[in-house]
Amino acid sequence: MPGDTLITSENDTDIDLDFAGDGDFQENHEREKHKGKRRNGDGQKNKRENQRRKRSSKSVQGIREESQSKTERGERGRRRRGKDEHETSGHEGNEGKRDPTRAKTTKSKKNIKNEKTRKLEGKEDREGQEKGEKGKLKLVCAKNEEKIESGDQLKEKEKALGMKKKKKSKKVVETSSEPETSGEGDDEEEEVNNDGEVRPELLSPEELEKLKEAVEEKKKLIQSLRGKPWPMRQKLVTLRESQLFVEKYEGALGKGKGRKLYAYKVMMTKKWMKFQRDFENFKTACIPWEMKIKEIESHFGSSVASYFIFLRWMYGINMILFGLTFGLVMVPEALMGRPYGSIPRKTVPRAEEAGAMDFAVLWDFGGYAQYSVLFYGYYNNQRAIGWFKFRMPLSYFLVGVGTVAYSYMVVIRTMARNANESGIGDDNSFNFSWKMFTSWDYLIGNPETADNKFASITTSFKEAILEEQESRKDDNIHLTRFLRVLANFLVLCCLAGSGYLIYFVVRRSQKFALDGLENHTWWERNEVNMVMSLLGMFCPMLFDVISTLENYHPRVALQWQLGRIFALFLGNLYTFIIALMDAINLKRKEEKVVKFNITMWEASLYNGTGSENSTAPPITIHPADVPRGPCWETMVGQEFVRLIISDTMTTYITLLIGDFLRAVLVRFLNHCWCWDLEAGFPSYSEFDVSGNVLGLIFNQGMIWMGAFYAPCLPALNLLRLHVSMYLQCWAVMCCNVPQERVFKASGSNNFYMAMLLVILFLSTLPAIYTIVTIPPSFDCGPFSGKNRMFDVIQETLESDFPAWFSKVFSYASNPGLVLPFILLMVLAIYYLQSTSKSYKEANVELKKKLQTQNEENKKKNKQAALKAQTDLEEARKSASQAAEHQRDTDASGQRREDDEEIYNKNQRMYHGRNPSPSVGDREPHFPVRGPGPRNCHNGNQGNSRYLPGFHQQSEPRVYRVPSLERH
Amino acid sequence: MGTTASQLAKDSLSEYQELTFLTKQEILLAHRRFTELLERDERKNLNSRVPMEIIHTLPELKSNPFKTRICQVFSTSEDRDGSLTFEDFLDLLSAFSDSATLEIKSHYAFRIFDFDDDGTLDERDLEKLVNCLTGETEDTRLNDEEMKQLINNILDESDIDKDGTVNLSEFQHVISRSPDFVSSFKIVL
Repeated sequence: MPGDTLITSENDTDIDLDFAGDGDFQENHEREKHKGKRRNGDGQKNKRENQRRKRSSKSVQGIREESQSKTERGERGRRRRGKDEHETSGHEGNEGKRDPTRAKTTKSKKNIKNEKTRKLEGKEDREGQEKGEKGKLKLVCAKNEEKIESGDQLKEKEKALGMKKKKKSKKVVETSSEPETSGEGDDEEEEVNNDGEVRPELLSPEELEKLKEAVEEKKKLIQSLRGKPWPMRQKLVTLRESQLFVEKYEGALGKGKGRKLYAYKVMMTKKWMKFQRDFENFKTACIPWEMKIKEIESHFGSSVASYFIFLRWMYGINMILFGLTFGLVMVPEALMGRPYGSIPRKTVPRAEEAGAMDFAVLWDFGGYAQYSVLFYGYYNNQRAIGWFKFRMPLSYFLVGVGTVAYSYMVVIRTMARNANESGIGDDNSFNFSWKMFTSWDYLIGNPETADNKFASITTSFKEAILEEQESRKDDNIHLTRFLRVLANFLVLCCLAGSGYLIYFVVRRSQKFALDGLENHTWWERNEVNMVMSLLGMFCPMLFDVISTLENYHPRVALQWQLGRIFALFLGNLYTFIIALMDAINLKRKEEKVVKFNITMWEASLYNGTGSENSTAPPITIHPADVPRGPCWETMVGQEFVRLIISDTMTTYITLLIGDFLRAVLVRFLNHCWCWDLEAGFPSYSEFDVSGNVLGLIFNQGMIWMGAFYAPCLPALNLLRLHVSMYLQCWAVMCCNVPQERVFKASGSNNFYMAMLLVILFLSTLPAIYTIVTIPPSFDCGPFSGKNRMFDVIQETLESDFPAWFSKVFSYASNPGLVLPFILLMVLAIYYLQSTSKSYKEANVELKKKLQTQNEENKKKNKQAALKAQTDLEEARKSASQAAEHQRDTDASGQRREDDEEIYNKNQRMYHGRNPSPSVGDREPHFPVRGPGPRNCHNGNQGNSRYLPGFHQQSEPRVYRVPSLERH
Repeated sequence: MGTTASQLAKDSLSEYQELTFLTKQEILLAHRRFTELLERDERKNLNSRVPMEIIHTLPELKSNPFKTRICQVFSTSEDRDGSLTFEDFLDLLSAFSDSATLEIKSHYAFRIFDFDDDGTLDERDLEKLVNCLTGETEDTRLNDEEMKQLINNILDESDIDKDGTVNLSEFQHVISRSPDFVSSFKIVL
């Protein structure tokens, strides 16, 4: 038999072995076996090699090495053991225990290495001759390494990574360039012995380069270690050894001055890593409500938790919005602006003064609350305030714009990220497999949720099977169609009705407002908000009832339901806005009248005083007495604040009544009721994820809409979200039952985000409209006296920037420039879209190609499998024959045989597996046992069928390789 | 037990952080929870094993249909009884943690689903898997015909090389395209 094929097969074996074993010392018995076999094979191979290349000193060398290692083994093992103990005792007391086994691993490793070296050398005869000399061996080894790299790269790399190579023969180690290139750390006593030879002066630049590479590789290994599916013990060992290696050789890198610098750099990177890790820990410690959410997650699964995560995300956004408005608008005005009572817009008018401090008034955000930093009207139009000339109006405007811009940015970025994560999952080709492999939510820790999950998985399986069979009989398609049309009609009626109701109520409230709010009852004053909140509460329930008519699949039904609620909220919001627009127009008419009156009033005032003193001294009128305009901006802000407050209240009250009270009643009345309340009609409530998310989204929409006119809105919302978090967490844990239908969280994530984006757009639309088209009130707010609010930009440009800047700006805003720019953007969008389309097409093509490939593979595989099977059977037969010979001497021989068969199969799949029968009982037998059965193998089957077990796997491996590469 | 924090030496704590996807707090919490499961006199020893039955009393695993498999997969015990040391326990939590990669998650998922440990998911494995997912009660079980249909469908989709079993790379291929897997293959303490 030609030596080369033998060698390659041997090579494969080795690699596979190492690969599968990956230095798992619990598998020592396996390795021992292989070692035995290998040693046996070694002898043969050596002989064969000798015959083939008679003068090759290499094999002599090999034998020498072999014998040397054999003689030294025991002693070395002992030494090593001692050393190990010495080294590791600092880390872990128990480490010593496994040292004996480790020493064995080491031995086998060494064996492997020796053999590998030899083998490779066998491939290149020319290198063989200079084997004896150390200096040249260095070269050889380096070349060998290159060979390895080029030839068997992937596997070799794997191996190098996985292998904890402690020892090679001394000569190899001394070369010091060899171990680094292979990335295998010789970090045990050899290193210590030859430490002197690792001095940088002795290394050539290339070697240094290689050393560096090796160190880098080790570092990479350390970093990637956590992503390896190995048992912890093995990872620990690898980590320690790589760290030792890195420490040892890092110092050797760089010369003279450079060395110090290098050491410093290394130290700094270490410090930096540590800092990063600490920072990471700190960051996770800073995430609020993590434990709460995890608790909920483990009780109710990921979908309920996703609501709370969304809530937390919303909280984060509002935190930033609040920071912007609070830090740049409210605080500067409160600290540096004119104090309360200095000018009319900052004073409560005389007429309202009496009741300005009443709680009812304050609750409505009238009185003192209205004339404070909380609302638009309070801000002065003074261009610069305070000692460092803070540009208040500009800041106000920019914060308003920044709020919206930031929100857009965040929402779109999150959407993009979500799309990245789930974008690939849109094809339906793995419908069943996904249901099978990914439907269990491992977070579920509550038996009840688990039962619900079982049920829902079963139904989903059954439904999928039914759909697949397409035996679904539509018993009465006309009836369902009719019912669906009817349901949609009813829903439309509901929507129109609620829209009209809101419009009606808003108009009525304007009448009340004209009459003066004091003359009306509490209900009449808060009618709008209450009606809106009640509609938001009851209409979804109505929709729910209506949707039972439709008989949709629950998932589809949920989407319909969400869409309808969305439409309802949107309709309500927009009716509200339209009504508000009417109110604004009314106020502006009123404003005109007031403005006229004020000029009259001022004129009369001046006339009255002018007769006495022509120089017109400042007349001291208390600012509260000055007549003033209606200030529609503050009115809008107030409306939104009231809306938020009443919405929050309704949410909390529904929570308390609908969830808590219901739960209490059900629990305690159950003893004395005629039917089972818990299982029967009222039962406990479920947590309505979609409804809650929608509520949150609309709430946020109102914030975006109103924040410009009421800077306090983000603060209020922050408060609301904070309270919601605790209240809802508590409510969920104490009075809700897990959902019957457990939906996946991830599927709807981007759906919610898309809704948020739509709401953001729709809510900025009216805000921008009012800012751009309606002139600001003449006597309140930061923009009073200007024609339009955005004039503040113009003003700043003219007065605060050098002339050339405003010139440049005016050029840039010239339509001649803006239009081409827009055109360019459109072109870019078009280009990107078309490229994405072509990528998609390419994807489809690739998919097709893959499929055809699979078909081919399938055929090939079948043949290969057949062949392999026959081979395996033969091998089994011979193996059992061989085993029969041995059985009387030792019963465990057969067992090992079987073990190995399984093991060989397994190692294709599990690289870190440990089919770990006890090691202890094998070892004493080893010297006798090991070679025994192997001899029979070789003897029985001859060269052509050397180790059929491996032959059998060599063919399927063609297809397995990708799976190996993954690790 | 007040000494739990000091029991984990700083060195090993940082090593564990290096080797798992867990943060320091999580490792400490895991250690606390783990020592609670141990007998008093075993707590000093980092290598003491907790039997599978006691691991299963953890609320996080209690209702998991795969709890036995999970313990077996992560156990390094020589008797294959599914008992876990603290390090095995950390391995488990790391694989199920938030930040673990899809690759490692799918690798362990495969091993969990591979009931007979033969390296492929064959029909028997899939059947057991379905039974795990549908629960123990009779009314949620699938009947034989449905089961057969289901398994055939799954093999149709996932078994790319058509050898009648799903191997690791096929499994990972399927899993990697699933939107839900990473978010649901999680266990947190």
